[in-house]
Amino acid sequence: MKLGFLVDLNLCMGCKGCEIACKVENEVPLSTWRLRVKYIDIGTFPDTSRSFTPLRCNHCENAPCERICPVSALHYLENGIVNIDSARCIGCAGCMMACPYGAIYMDPETNTADKCTYCAHRIESGMMPACVVACPVEANIFGDLDDDHSNISLYIMEHQGGVQVRKPEKHTSPTHFYVGGGNQTLNPLAHQRIEGYNLFNNITHLDHVGDKNHGILDRFLAPFVGHEKVDNTSLIESATTEDSHEQEGGH
Amino acid sequence: MNKREVTKMVESTIHATQAVVTLDVPIQGIVWGSIITVNMWAKSIGTGVVFLAAFLWFRHSKDSMPSLRWTMPIIAFLSLNVFLLFTLIDLHQPYRMVNIFLHPHWTSSITVGAWLASIFLGLITVLMVIGVADAFPSLGGKKCKLTAIARNNSTVYEKIMPFLVFLAIPVTTYTAIIMAQSSARELWQAPTEVMQMIWAALMAGSAALIFISASWSKEVRKDLALVLTFSVFFSFAMYMSEYFFSFKSAEAEAVLAYVHSGGAFNIEFWFGMTLGFIIPFFLGMSYMKSENMTLLKFAALSALVGLFFVKDVWLKIPQMLPLS
Repeated sequence: MKLGFLVDLNLCMGCKGCEIACKVENEVPLSTWRLRVKYIDIGTFPDTSRSFTPLRCNHCENAPCERICPVSALHYLENGIVNIDSARCIGCAGCMMACPYGAIYMDPETNTADKCTYCAHRIESGMMPACVVACPVEANIFGDLDDDHSNISLYIMEHQGGVQVRKPEKHTSPTHFYVGGGNQTLNPLAHQRIEGYNLFNNITHLDHVGDKNHGILDRFLAPFVGHEKVDNTSLIESATTEDSHEQEGGH
Repeated sequence: MNKREVTKMVESTIHATQAVVTLDVPIQGIVWGSIITVNMWAKSIGTGVVFLAAFLWFRHSKDSMPSLRWTMPIIAFLSLNVFLLFTLIDLHQPYRMVNIFLHPHWTSSITVGAWLASIFLGLITVLMVIGVADAFPSLGGKKCKLTAIARNNSTVYEKIMPFLVFLAIPVTTYTAIIMAQSSARELWQAPTEVMQMIWAALMAGSAALIFISASWSKEVRKDLALVLTFSVFFSFAMYMSEYFFSFKSAEAEAVLAYVHSGGAFNIEFWFGMTLGFIIPFFLGMSYMKSENMTLLKFAALSALVGLFFVKDVWLKIPQMLPLS
């Protein structure tokens, strides 16, 4: 069995239902994302169009993150999913440097690497990933790539020639495909990121890796003196009491 | 880092596009920062002094540099401990570093490097204990068992040294393999990275030994100056060829074009190049004629400081590129 994902960008309407479902299902902390939907405006006003691209881990067959992980915290499951064991992760960020898709983040609550697992825990129980269930237009197609009769295999056959992966030149063999994508949507170098052009958020770059209230000394002292548990509530409090957010132009 | 400059990076370098990101999450900035730079810089000194000591012992009699036998392992020991300390503090879960030894994943160059560096440090520690015990006969008095064992096994030093030199090669270069495995940062995917690591070790090793070479023979000091001059020249030439001429992928080209155009890190890069390579080259050359020790020490200091800045820039710039 080799599980795979296909997103039909012709169907996606950018509702972000998948993004929210993923956040809720996996309790993904603030400032981090396993799945995100990027809006890109193409053309010059008034001849413009808006495209929506859901981005998640590609679960590559030749995964650079799995190869560089020094302790096998990132590992393959039998169904092809690249899973992560946060209890083993040492937080070296090697995987973040290796992933060409920027799909791995440092969890600010656990200070370990984390990423999309295709909802491995749900699949184990015979359910579909949360993002697939939430999609109102069935733009997310998920299934077994080894099964010629699965939805995803049939979809790929049907759209032969129009199925793409991100950064094929990296030879990572992603199991995550796109239909209806173009260079502008799938190549991060083919579109601009201009500060102030975002619809709801002007912060373009995170200013911290992992928990920003957990400095180098805290990392060593935490097991002995205890570290204040960080959760979404405390992250909200810390964000709303800091002036820096306003300086970044956030709302 | 100036956020405005960073976010303009792509728009300044990629033409023929009218596509603009209008809604996205904040993306990661620099993940491996100056802590990793210190790590690489200290390792260059730690392995470089071993290369240089082997070279000098091959070329000259031991009487020409009597203190080298105990000073070299001390410099290497201190540098490697700085290297390991900074490796440790960069981890978000430092106590789990033990997992590298309990659950090693051998395809990872981080794992292989950690094991090799640990063995290397162990051997350096043995050399340091023997070297210091031999150099200071009264150290520890007659009751100290450690110094007694060290003095009784003094010949082990010379037996270990050849293995240490061979081990220093992968310990020096494994960081280049880590960078090669960091496939998201195409600037580091160049084969020249391995050679850059070796040049950096020769630079840093010769520079570190120059500071303690005042009592050594002139011929030895000239050799140190020669190695420093050669290594800064070739390292500079390689950086320049990568910076200006080499074949580059779209991502690496976008990164370098941004630095070329005067973006963030442009000043730091050229400051590092001047301090680390250009100044030491001319000072090293002038030492060959003048034998002015002050000039040579200044060249060594300049090389060490400049090397840090150049490594820092080369580490950070590819991390500014959006990956998705």
